[in-house]
Amino acid sequence: MQQITLQVNRTAHTVEVDPETPLLFVLNDELGLRGPRFGCGMAQCGACTVIMRGQAVRSCVMPVRAVGQAEITTLEGLGTPEKPHPIQQAFIDEGAAQCGFCLSGVILTAKALLDANPQASDQEIRTALGGVLCRCFTHVRMLRAIRTYAEAKKRDSVAS
Amino acid sequence: MTPSRRDFLKGCGALIVSFSAAPLTQSSANAQGQFATHPGHIDPDKLDSWLAIGSDGTITAYTGKCDFGQGIFTAQTQLIAEELCVPITRVKLIECDTAITPDQGTTSGSQTTPTNFNDENLALAAATAREALMGLAAKQLGEPVERLKLDNGVITSSSGRQVTYADLVGSKHFHLPLNPTAKRRPVAEWTVLGKPVPSLDRVALMTGQFAFLHHLRVPGMLHGRVVRPPEMGATVAHVDEHSVRDVPGLKKVVVRKDFVGVVAETQYQAVLAARQLVVEWNHPGNSGPALPAQNTFFEHLQQQPSHDALSVDSQDLDPQLAAAGSVLRARYTYPYQMHGSVGASCAVADVKPDGATIWSATQSAYPTRSIVAMLLGLPPDSVRVIYTRGSGCYGLNGADAVTFDAALLSQAAGRPVRLQFSRQDEMMWENFGSAMVVEHRAGITGDGRIVAWDRENWVAALGNRPGYDQPGNVISGMLAGYPPEPLEPGQAKPPAGKLRNGSNTVPSYFAGCIAGKCGGGGTIQSERALTHTVCSPFFTGPLRSPLRIQNTFANECFMDELCAHAKADPVAFRMQHLRDSRVIGVLNAAAKAAGWAPRSFPIPAAAQARVATGRGIACVAYEGENGYAALVAEVSVDLESGLVRPVRFVVALDCGPVSNPDGLRNQIEGGLLQGMSRALVEEVTWDDRRITSVDWKTYHSLHLDYEIPAIETVFVTPAGVPATGAGETAITVTPAAIGNAIFDATHVRLRHLPFTPARVKDALVKDARDTAAQLQGAQRSDGLGA
Repeated sequence: MQQITLQVNRTAHTVEVDPETPLLFVLNDELGLRGPRFGCGMAQCGACTVIMRGQAVRSCVMPVRAVGQAEITTLEGLGTPEKPHPIQQAFIDEGAAQCGFCLSGVILTAKALLDANPQASDQEIRTALGGVLCRCFTHVRMLRAIRTYAEAKKRDSVAS
Repeated sequence: MTPSRRDFLKGCGALIVSFSAAPLTQSSANAQGQFATHPGHIDPDKLDSWLAIGSDGTITAYTGKCDFGQGIFTAQTQLIAEELCVPITRVKLIECDTAITPDQGTTSGSQTTPTNFNDENLALAAATAREALMGLAAKQLGEPVERLKLDNGVITSSSGRQVTYADLVGSKHFHLPLNPTAKRRPVAEWTVLGKPVPSLDRVALMTGQFAFLHHLRVPGMLHGRVVRPPEMGATVAHVDEHSVRDVPGLKKVVVRKDFVGVVAETQYQAVLAARQLVVEWNHPGNSGPALPAQNTFFEHLQQQPSHDALSVDSQDLDPQLAAAGSVLRARYTYPYQMHGSVGASCAVADVKPDGATIWSATQSAYPTRSIVAMLLGLPPDSVRVIYTRGSGCYGLNGADAVTFDAALLSQAAGRPVRLQFSRQDEMMWENFGSAMVVEHRAGITGDGRIVAWDRENWVAALGNRPGYDQPGNVISGMLAGYPPEPLEPGQAKPPAGKLRNGSNTVPSYFAGCIAGKCGGGGTIQSERALTHTVCSPFFTGPLRSPLRIQNTFANECFMDELCAHAKADPVAFRMQHLRDSRVIGVLNAAAKAAGWAPRSFPIPAAAQARVATGRGIACVAYEGENGYAALVAEVSVDLESGLVRPVRFVVALDCGPVSNPDGLRNQIEGGLLQGMSRALVEEVTWDDRRITSVDWKTYHSLHLDYEIPAIETVFVTPAGVPATGAGETAITVTPAAIGNAIFDATHVRLRHLPFTPARVKDALVKDARDTAAQLQGAQRSDGLGA
C-alpha cells in the first residue's frame, strides 16, 4: 500500500492503494467516479477512457503509480448536467446513446482528437475511434454529434 | 428511498390501482405466458399495484418491464402521462423490484410494448385511474363526465369550476381493481405518447452521472472474482488455498462443487487472487478432442439425436415436388454469435442468514429471485431482487450468471459482495445465440410460381433462461451442481391448433394451414417446416432476434434464389406469394422509399471493374405477428479483396402506433448496424477443447471507425391495429437483405454467415472457376457437334 495523490477533474485526491492497481479501479472505488467503466480490462473497447496530458488514455491498463502529477479528466469532469460541455451537449441534442455504457470512450476520444486537431477530417475522426466499441451500435447518432462538435470547433479555430 | 405502496396506504390519502383485487379478466388470463404478468407471486398486501396517486397529486407507476437502454423507461413514463393527462415530469416510474413491482416475468422477446401498451396491464391501470378520477370529479362538480375537460391533471367543468387529482384523492383511500372496460385515450388525441420525447436518462448519461449497477457500492462490501474451468465439462479436482495465502486483502476462497471464486477487500486484490489461485481440474475426454471440430460442425449437428417439432405439414410434399417443373435445393448455415456486452457483467449481493438483497441487471427480476433462493437455500419471499441497469444486454448475456455467482460468494463470505466478470469470464461462458442449419427444397412451375416448399432446420441448444427453477441453464448454476434442462430426443407430433411461428421458422410465403385453418402469411399450400433441436456443446440462449434472425436469413435468401430461378423481380415475386397485408405494406413502403426499379436480373458489373454494386430486399412478420419489417440494402463488393460494404439501408416498419418515434428510430438504427456486424464479421470460434473468441481481438465486432451506410426509416401505421414489438424487427432482416444484395452485385450466392472478405473471395473465385469450366464444357460439346 502506498499514498498516492492524483489530480482528477481539477481536484487533488490522496488515496492509499497498491501502486499497481489499475487507475480505473481507483477512479471507481476510491473516488466514486461513474464516467470511466470496466469493459474489457485489456484496452480493447474504450469504456474506461479518461483524458490525460491531452490524450485519450485507457485507465483499465494504466497502473496508478504511472499517473504522477498528470491532470486526469473523466466524463463527469467535462461538464455538469446543468452546464454540459459542448460535446456533451451535442450528444444530448442527438440522443446519441442507448445503454450508454461506452460513452467515456466515444466522447473523450473524439474530444481529445478535436482539441489537438480542430481541423480533423471525417476520416481522421473515424480512425481515432477505431478502438472504441459501442455494442448497441448507436454509430449514426454518435458520429453525427461528433461532427456537430467538430464543425463548431472548426468555426471557433477559424474565428480565433 | 423508493416509496412502497404500503407507505401510500399508511400515508394520508391515495388512489391505488391493483390487479389482485379483481378476478383476472379474460384478456389478462390469456396474457399469462412466458412474458406476461405472472400471477403466481402476488402478495395481496403489497405486490398487487400498478399505480398510485398520492394526496399531493404525485403519480407513481410500477412496472415489471425494465430498461436496458432500449428506451422503454421513457416510453412507459409517456404512457402513464398520456393516460392521466399530465406532463411526464409528474410521473415517477419504478421498474423491476421484486419487493414492490408486479411480476411481469422477463423483459424480452419484444413483448414489453404488446404487454404494457395495449388494453391490459400498465396501460389499463392508467386508464382505470383516469376514468375513476373523472367519475369522482363528475360527482364533485355535479356534471356528467362527457361535459368535463381534463388537462394537466386538472378537471374543469363546463361552468369553469376546477378540481385537481390531489383534491379528489384528498385524505381518502381508493383501492381500485383493474377495470377491463376502461378505455385508452385514442391515438388521434395523444399529446405525450407518440411524440419524440427525449429519453429521460440522456443528460445523466452524457455527463457521466448515470449510476450503472457497476457503480453501486454498499457498506461493508467486498469484491469478488470467479475462477472458471479451462473448458466445458471440466470438474474441480483440487483447489489449493495455500497458493493465494500471500495475496493481501484476501477474505475467502469459495468452492461449491465446480464453482470456484475468491473474495477480497478490493477489486485489484480479487483480480490478483483469481489469477494466482491454483486449481487442478479434471478434464473431460482426455483421450481425444473434447469438442466437435468447427470446420465440420454443421455436418456434426445434423447427425446428432434431436427433439423434433413440426410447425406445419401438409403431407403432400413428395407428389407436389415431383409434379413441379423444377426443384431447387439449398442449405444455409448460421454460426454461434455472442451478446458480447461492452461492459463485463456485474452484480452486488448482500446475503444474510435470513434473507438476501440482490442488485442485478437481469432481464428477469422475479425468476432470478426464485433461482437465487434455490441456490442459497432461502425461501423466495426472503430474497429481494432490485433491477439496476448494466451494460446493454441484447438478451441473456452474463447478467443472470453473475448474479447467481455474487449470491454464492456473499453467502460464503458473510458480507455483501460485488462481483464483476473478466472479459474472458463473460465471453467464454455466456449463452451464445444458437448455431443453425437450414435445408430447403422447393418446387416451382415453368411460369414462376412456387407450388411446394419443404424446410428442415437443426438448432444447437443447451440451457436457456433459468426461468423460476432451472439454475443449470447458465454456467453458474451448472458449476454449482444443477444440470441444464435435458434435451429429450423424440419424433415430431403432427401440428395442432393455431399456427405458432414465434421463431420465424415458417417463411412468410407459407399458407400455414393446420386442420383447415391457415395462419400463415402466404399462398404456398404444399408446405412443411420441421425443426430438429440438437444438444449444443456450448450454452445457448436468446440473443436479439433469437432463432428469428437465423431462420429469416435462410428463408429470405432462399426466396431470392427461387426468384432468380424464375427470372422475376424480387419485390414482385414476393408479392405474388404473399397474403399478409402488413408484410405487403412494409414491402411496398420500403421499395417505394428506396426507389426500387423492378428488374428480373442482376445488372452485370462492368468488365474489369474492381467494385460491383447491388441491392437486395428481405421482409419478415416478426414472430408471425409481432411487428413487420422490410429492408432494402445496397452494397458494394470489392471483387479482388471480397470486402462487402453496405452503402444504404432503407427500412420500412409497421409496429402499430409508435410510442416514441425518436426512441424507435434509435432502436432501428442500432438494430440495422448490429445486424450488419453480425452479417459481416461476428462468429464464435473454438479449438478442440475450448472457446477461442474470448475478447475483442478474437471476437470481431464493427467498431466506431466503420464507415456506416446511410439509413432511412419509414413507419407504416395501419389504422386501428394494436402496438407490437419493434426493437428486433429490423435486425431480423438485415443479414438476408445484405446476402441478397451481394448476389445482385456478383451473381454469387452466399449461404453462410458472416460474409467475411475471405469467404466472399473464395465464393467469387469458385464461381469464376465453375463458369469457366461450364464455358469450356460448352465449347467442347459445340466442337463435338460440329
